[in-house]
Amino acid sequence: MTAITTTTGSNDSNTIRARPGGFVSDTLAIAGRALRAVPKDLEAVLPPVFIAFFFFVVNIATFGGLTEGTVNGLDYTAFSMPTAILLGVTGVSRAPAFVLDVQNGYLDRLLLTPIRRFSILLGHMLADVVVAAALTVPILGLGFILGVRFEAGIAGVLVFIALAASWSLAFAGFGYAIALKTGNPGAVQSTFLLFFPFLFLTTSYVPRSQLSGWLDTVAGLNPVTYLLEGLRSLAIEGWQLDQLVPAVVAILVIGALSMSMCFAALRGRVSRG
Amino acid sequence: MSAITARQLTRRFGDFTAVDGIDLDIQSGEIYGLLGPNGAGKSTTVRMLCTLLAPSGGSASVAGHDIVKDPGAVRLRIGVALQEAALDPAQTGRQLLGLQGRLYGLSSSEVERRISDLEQIIELGDALERRIGSYSGGMQRRLDLAASLVHNPEVLFLDEPTTGLDPASRIKVWEEVGRLNRELGMTILLTTQYLEEADALAGRVGIIDGGHKIVEGTPDELKRKVGTDVIVAGVEGPTDDACVALRNVAGVESVEPHADEVVITANDGAGTIGPVAIALDAASIRVRSLTLRTPTLDDVFLEATGSRIQSVDQPDDSEDVSLATDDSSGQTPDSEEAFR
Repeated sequence: MTAITTTTGSNDSNTIRARPGGFVSDTLAIAGRALRAVPKDLEAVLPPVFIAFFFFVVNIATFGGLTEGTVNGLDYTAFSMPTAILLGVTGVSRAPAFVLDVQNGYLDRLLLTPIRRFSILLGHMLADVVVAAALTVPILGLGFILGVRFEAGIAGVLVFIALAASWSLAFAGFGYAIALKTGNPGAVQSTFLLFFPFLFLTTSYVPRSQLSGWLDTVAGLNPVTYLLEGLRSLAIEGWQLDQLVPAVVAILVIGALSMSMCFAALRGRVSRG
Repeated sequence: MSAITARQLTRRFGDFTAVDGIDLDIQSGEIYGLLGPNGAGKSTTVRMLCTLLAPSGGSASVAGHDIVKDPGAVRLRIGVALQEAALDPAQTGRQLLGLQGRLYGLSSSEVERRISDLEQIIELGDALERRIGSYSGGMQRRLDLAASLVHNPEVLFLDEPTTGLDPASRIKVWEEVGRLNRELGMTILLTTQYLEEADALAGRVGIIDGGHKIVEGTPDELKRKVGTDVIVAGVEGPTDDACVALRNVAGVESVEPHADEVVITANDGAGTIGPVAIALDAASIRVRSLTLRTPTLDDVFLEATGSRIQSVDQPDDSEDVSLATDDSSGQTPDSEEAFR
């Protein structure tokens, strides 16, 4: 092709050709775009933090005295902080924005570029991890103000944030799967409802020792139970591998399930066109 | 050298066959127009060729690469402006072009150079720094075109590039498409439902209907197949009577009824229109209008399918109405005499 000066480009510019950008570069580019959109979409981020703050404070006021009187040595503020944080970060994702990409055709524009399909999803999810980690910080700050101290130290705080963000990512996979499958923002936003059984059929409000009957059985099957126990152990007990490993496994199990659905939905959408 | 080839390219959606065994051979540097009404299969064909949609059957290659076996290589070499501008309203125009360039592997400096050059096409001025959500439809289409050009593609797909644009913007897109082809040798496949657009831009036209490619050739070749001249008689009452009255008129080559019109082809239109008027009068057929013009691509479509493109899909935006002439095709004829 002859490169000559035109109104559409200088001689030099017209010789520029596309080339594969690389998986990491592509994923970071998509993540960067998703993160740039967050400040313009604060209504998707601030309410969960408000809800987390609200339940954190109300739960302590409602159950603190009751539970601490029943279970010796229980620091209910530290106990309920992970519940508040999971409330704050679960379901917070760019999936609703992603569904808008599906609707307004921008996903097609991304799919037309030479980047790997998975980079598009992974880039969004990488942004979700960053947002979830950022949302964890103010709730942790409130916990510190209310007297929570981490037995596992600063490294424990960082692992706590990483676990919470990883859970957020694992759960966000469901939202992306629904976004790709339905292209419906309402359906995506209702993904959070999926979390309700996970959150309430577990040790969100009282220790496992206080659960009995069918609720104890269900809590034993609920991955959030192990996640909460792992998170709590960092604050209350220090480094307890027997509690952290099940927490990581719980995240991996939910993540594997949601990501399988998510990537299957992506393949389905691409094949449907 | 072929830039786009397709062999028996087919796409089915359940029981519905949207594209039914289309063959294409589009040479490098060519502008090829895929013309047809809504639902003809144009966009589905483009979506397959640009790797957005997997074919149900057949094969195709673009820029020398198979669209199924090597879609990544195809994507590196093509630019696509889809029927609906595919933009993110939350980004600014500059951010969108920048991300687009990065996803095509361009360095930051290359992206800046390309944006600087593309600004001349899109003429958005300061709006390039504004969020795309605030753009008008025309601005969005222009930005979409720029996004498809940021990496200097070898093959450009334009799916109904001017639908929804005002006449001035439409002409500007035509000029730019012509320039991309003429000065950069870019191969361009454009789909359109506007006859005028296919006639003005495309070196060759493939007319598609019901998922089939019906005819193909240069606009002049196709129009010559219809005849030298076309006489359109708008009649009141059944068109069958008019057809019977006109079949044996000297100079008439063919007579086709269409809605409340009769379309007559003739080698000598000027010499035949008089006898046609006399024959209709002799048969006591009330004539609303009698028009002589050269054939249009709509006449080609009519002859091939028995219906008109514009009757299937009348433009619904005001600028399209303003473009339409007083012939039923909506295409400006090369020459026209009207008896009213």
